[in-house]
Amino acid sequence: MSDKYRNNFLREVEEKVEEGHWVKMCMQCGVCAGSCPFGPHWAHPPQEIFMMIRAGKREEVLTSDSMWMCTSCYNCIVRCPRKLPITHIMHGLANYAHRLGIVPKNQPTEHFATLFWNNLAQTGRVNELKLSLGIYFRDGFAQGVKNAMAMQSVGLGMVKAKRLNPMELFGGHGVKDKSGFHAMLKKAREIEDRRKPIA
Amino acid sequence: MADMKVAAYICQGCGLGDRLDTAALAGVAKKEGKAALVREHAFLCNAEGVKMIRDDISNEAVTHVMIGACSRRAKTEAFGFTDVCVSRANLREGVIWCQPETDEARETTQEMAEDYIRMGCAEVKKMTLPAGDPAAVTERRLLVVGGGVSGMTAALEASKAGYQVALVEKSGALGGWAAKLHKRTPGKSPYADPQDTPVAEMAAAIEADANIKVYLDAITSKIGGAPGRFEVEISTESGSTATEKVGAIVQATGFSLYDANNLPELGYGKSANVVDQAGLEALAKAAGGGAIKRPSDGGEVKRVVFVQCAGQRDDTGKHLAYCSGSCCLTSVKQAMYFKDANPDIDTVVIYSDLRMPGNGEDFYRSGQTKGVTFTKGKVSGVEATGNQCKVNFHDVILNDQAVIDDADLVVLATGQVPNSGVDIDTKLKAEIAAAGGDNSLMEAYNASQAEGAVKPISMLNLNYRQGPDVPQLKYGFTDSHFICFPYETRRTGIYAAGPVRRPMDMVQAMEDATGAAMKAIQAIENAGLGRAAHPRSGDLSYPIFRREGCTQCKRCTVECPFGAIDEDEQRFPLFNQARCRRCGTCMGACPVRVISFENYSVETVGSQLKAVDVPDEFSEKPRILVLACENDAYPALDMAAMNRNVYSAFVRVIPVRCLGSVNTIWINDALSNGYDGVMMMGCKHGDDYQCHFVKGSELAGIRMSKIGDTLKNMALEEERVSTFEVAITDIERVPQLINDYAALIQKIGMSPMKGF
Repeated sequence: MSDKYRNNFLREVEEKVEEGHWVKMCMQCGVCAGSCPFGPHWAHPPQEIFMMIRAGKREEVLTSDSMWMCTSCYNCIVRCPRKLPITHIMHGLANYAHRLGIVPKNQPTEHFATLFWNNLAQTGRVNELKLSLGIYFRDGFAQGVKNAMAMQSVGLGMVKAKRLNPMELFGGHGVKDKSGFHAMLKKAREIEDRRKPIA
Repeated sequence: MADMKVAAYICQGCGLGDRLDTAALAGVAKKEGKAALVREHAFLCNAEGVKMIRDDISNEAVTHVMIGACSRRAKTEAFGFTDVCVSRANLREGVIWCQPETDEARETTQEMAEDYIRMGCAEVKKMTLPAGDPAAVTERRLLVVGGGVSGMTAALEASKAGYQVALVEKSGALGGWAAKLHKRTPGKSPYADPQDTPVAEMAAAIEADANIKVYLDAITSKIGGAPGRFEVEISTESGSTATEKVGAIVQATGFSLYDANNLPELGYGKSANVVDQAGLEALAKAAGGGAIKRPSDGGEVKRVVFVQCAGQRDDTGKHLAYCSGSCCLTSVKQAMYFKDANPDIDTVVIYSDLRMPGNGEDFYRSGQTKGVTFTKGKVSGVEATGNQCKVNFHDVILNDQAVIDDADLVVLATGQVPNSGVDIDTKLKAEIAAAGGDNSLMEAYNASQAEGAVKPISMLNLNYRQGPDVPQLKYGFTDSHFICFPYETRRTGIYAAGPVRRPMDMVQAMEDATGAAMKAIQAIENAGLGRAAHPRSGDLSYPIFRREGCTQCKRCTVECPFGAIDEDEQRFPLFNQARCRRCGTCMGACPVRVISFENYSVETVGSQLKAVDVPDEFSEKPRILVLACENDAYPALDMAAMNRNVYSAFVRVIPVRCLGSVNTIWINDALSNGYDGVMMMGCKHGDDYQCHFVKGSELAGIRMSKIGDTLKNMALEEERVSTFEVAITDIERVPQLINDYAALIQKIGMSPMKGF
């Protein structure tokens, strides 16, 4: 018995993906696909992703990098005649795939998002220097130096304007109550896992 | 009749007094128009002006009134004198509003106005006051053919309005299709769940209604007569017959489902698990609210596939070409039969476009909420595999050749085929197609006439010369003016309601039936007063024919779009006044001109066009006659004038009831009187016609296509007579057409026929 055009995957999405219960309400008009500024670069525009979910194409959807292309411009949400929160569903799907660990390797959006989150979660403040370096040196040391040289003037400008402190390389600033902050994040994670469990 | 006394009134209001020399117009009415009484008035349509006319009618024995003021379409109440003949010279919209307000234009503007005064006087003298039909009778009783939801609604609505009804149903019980349904698509808010059908409730109401007499197992075996006095013979299966006298008829004969046996590629007939929508209703009814079982082995149904547009919207010519507009709703409803019973049953609707009329969008949303899967795709085939079916389809959104290989049940949404009886124009349509090089219809017609062929069964069995059923337009649906008069068939007094008129769902059918019942009641009342139905509603005139001049050519009987004319025993035309819509198509058709109306005849128009003053060949003032349909072209001209769209001062416009009423003698007369061109403006014809009299403009087109020989005999150019299709919205286009035509006439030169 095939899972194609069954409701199994749709149910999974409804249970585990943020705003997933909206997917069944899509009426396939294609306004989202036509409104997306990144539309031509997606393998599957939102309309198609919704149809794939309804067609039971679990692997294809969750391993796709389409939902990672969303820039959160909210054009689709504004225009959707059925009022689907499409942007949120895209992020929900991306997040679900991330939690399952089946995102395509080296997906840049996932890389940046992970970097950003880990950077922030450490001290409760974003360390701009470490974040930039993390991105520059993503593709190896030589490429990292090249990237840093290319962005030199911007970096120096930021230092002059006091937007970037070179001393951040050694530790950097953070919130006062770090352990309280970490406890808070842990609790939030627990609640979230209870609400939309992976397994 | 008393002596004719013509009075002419010339209004000076609305700027007429400033733009025109009204004293000169009065002189024209007196001298050339031979009006016995001529008066000018500063504001003719006010109470004082109208009183002046009224007083003249009472004190001066005026019998014919010519009003030179605004268009005949304006101030109809003020100038609506019913006891005298009235003609209107259109000086406002027809002259000053469509001419430039310049000193150079003054001369031609005045000429135009003087001509319209001459025309108005000439016309009114040829008119007589319609006497009405003293023999007009009516029966305040309706016949409803068909006892489905449409027919029951029509009967109940008519009864509520105080009319008696005879309801004829061919089966043994009321309810029609609706009685076969497990549930219906919702007809009221929140449009979320299937509802019980209204059949039991309506049938009980009919039973309790003393105004409604029901004939079950019965058909109308013969219908003769006319609105107000139809005689209906009703035969029942048991062999008894009854006679009913009714004033009007509602035909609510409904539809049959397209035969799914024509769809073997979709598995119908190959597996018991492939059913049409009626088949699923039967299964649901049999289950009686319990789980619907797989027909082949009574097994559990886990997965259902609905195939939309099965044998519909087909462009290969093999199946129905149209959309039935109700099957998407039905499929959503049927998917809910399963989902409501058990949400774990997978239901997939494969559609090409979901079409959800009325409040169907809410119902669609409800279906989505309940977890029905909707897939845009095209099914290529259904195969039976044991107790399951394999559905192959192309998923259009994902561009994917997809397969569902474990469907327990496949439901085909086949469409509605109207039960409209015999297509009385089959032969005519076949002949037209054959003339265009397509012989397929003719072959089909010949096959249908062969011995042993199954003849279509008539629904009404009309005892009309033109055939036993009402005419059909396309795909077998009854012909009606789709926009303006949807219920009106081409047989006056017979109204079509429900899916026999066009494909529709129950909500629409009930609305339709209510409308048709109201129109039928109107017809009954009009017949009693001897008045016309729309679009000339209220007209008391009717065709009068001079028997001694008739050559029995039968053109009038054949061309009448409404089947109003039969033949008597001596083969003369026999006019059924109550069936007549007063379009004058018979008058236009008559080669010996023996047909006329009291207030509209070959003479009333002929004398107008002859009354126009035609300047000589060297004046550089051509004259162009415009014969404009009073329903669309004439109002368009009026509205163009209201917008001050200027057109040539050389045209003289005469409104006609329909281009179908244009007798070629008018064209002859116009050309031999020295007109330089004739423009005929009528409505669009063809399948999407706009003609208020259905066939009038088409017939005029055919007649005029043959006028070339006449023109040749007169040594005139073919362009001198041209036909145009004009819509009421062509406010910018009509003046343009006139100006272009005037330029064309300028180019080909003045007519050599002047001054004879």
